[in-house]
Amino acid sequence: MEPVVHLRAAVALLGRFPALAGIDLDVSRGEIVLLRGPNGAGKTTVLRACAGLVPVVRGEAIVLGHDLRRDPRPVRRHVGLLGHATGLFEDLTVADNVRFWGRACGADPGDLAAAMDLVGLDGRLRDVSVGRLSAGQRRRTSLACLLARRPELWLLDEPHAGLDHTTRDQLDLLMGRAVRQGATVLLASHELDRAESLAHRVVELAGGTTIAHTAPDARRSPSERSRSGAPEPEASAPSSAEVTHVA
Amino acid sequence: MWRDAALVAGRDLRIEVRSRVTTNQVAPFSVLVLILFAFALDPDRQLLERLASGLYWTAVLFAALLAISRSAAIDETDGVRDALRLSGLDPAGVFVGKAAAVAVVLFALEVLLGVGVVVLYGVEPAGAGLVVLAGVAATVAVAATGTLYGALVSGLRVRETLLPLLLLPVLAPVLIGATRAFEAALAGVPADGWPWCGLLAGIAVLYSVAGALAYGTLLEGS
Repeated sequence: MEPVVHLRAAVALLGRFPALAGIDLDVSRGEIVLLRGPNGAGKTTVLRACAGLVPVVRGEAIVLGHDLRRDPRPVRRHVGLLGHATGLFEDLTVADNVRFWGRACGADPGDLAAAMDLVGLDGRLRDVSVGRLSAGQRRRTSLACLLARRPELWLLDEPHAGLDHTTRDQLDLLMGRAVRQGATVLLASHELDRAESLAHRVVELAGGTTIAHTAPDARRSPSERSRSGAPEPEASAPSSAEVTHVA
Repeated sequence: MWRDAALVAGRDLRIEVRSRVTTNQVAPFSVLVLILFAFALDPDRQLLERLASGLYWTAVLFAALLAISRSAAIDETDGVRDALRLSGLDPAGVFVGKAAAVAVVLFALEVLLGVGVVVLYGVEPAGAGLVVLAGVAATVAVAATGTLYGALVSGLRVRETLLPLLLLPVLAPVLIGATRAFEAALAGVPADGWPWCGLLAGIAVLYSVAGALAYGTLLEGS
């Protein structure tokens, strides 16, 4: 089966700086894959490249069947990116923001209300201007916008940052639910305990390259690993080795 | 495209209404410009009356700079540009929506400034047909040109100072055309004003089409 994300020796530039210097990454449908590495390793750039926001200039880059080197735009409708920036308008209310971004991608009005319900944005909060929200509440609003899109590929950059414990658990469950419904999740996080417990697989990055693929932690049972309740993916690589170092 | 344009225009206008920047800052600023012109030329009331059209459109352009800068800033904040690129909205629709929202704000300011010119400069309103049509054409021209140039300088650290520097020379033909058309209308010789109105309409169409075609590239490049 064709992987949802296929990067092979992918090089991406930020200005003249090679932010990705030869990334290899395959992600199968239904997988939750964690990108791990120090600051500047290229985690955020991988996510933005998969969203078609950073041009891949060399190598292979195919996401959801779309060749990003040929034209990155078609893939954008099918991904949901939760990054460091919120993408929200401070002068508009929570409901206005979710409604705008939801309608922009053709979401049903019912889906918008459901998305806000799922992240705990209740009736009172919906009428508050985003400029008056806490960082965590803004994050939840961004997450509601993402849910309203019903993306096939979730690209999450430090998704737990700024969230309280309850909302973190809620996010993990939402990821699991999305995966059960056929979505795929690629996330970057420094909160390794939580993120590793969610992920089917870990990919280690350093200096803009892939240095290792790590199989699911054999010490944990699937139920222990699956905090999100996510099922095992259709296929995942590597299959047997616990850690595969990339030459 | 039109659905996307309506969505974006609604968003920008809603932000204007909620933030009250137009009513609390831009409108008072533009009236203040009219008042300062009146102070500067007050000893010669006839001169003030004769220059009313030019002073009016100069005040409109100053107000337009603020409105355009505000409009461009909406899509500059906190990852909104990336979100727009991911949204699947038609870039031409985004351009049309943003230009339409700027035009609506400008229409409101022009009505306010029109009242100001009548009250402060003692101008007798005349030639309503030409005034309205020339006003509409000039407003669309200013809004389309401004939205296009706002996108051109977006992402630059010096965009707030660069925008007027680039935009005012480009808008000089609009200032001249609108002033001449208004002068002809107020002087009771509308026939002299219609060619200027045609020029304004031409500029409006040119920049509207150019903006709709170029906006996607500018959105990607910024």
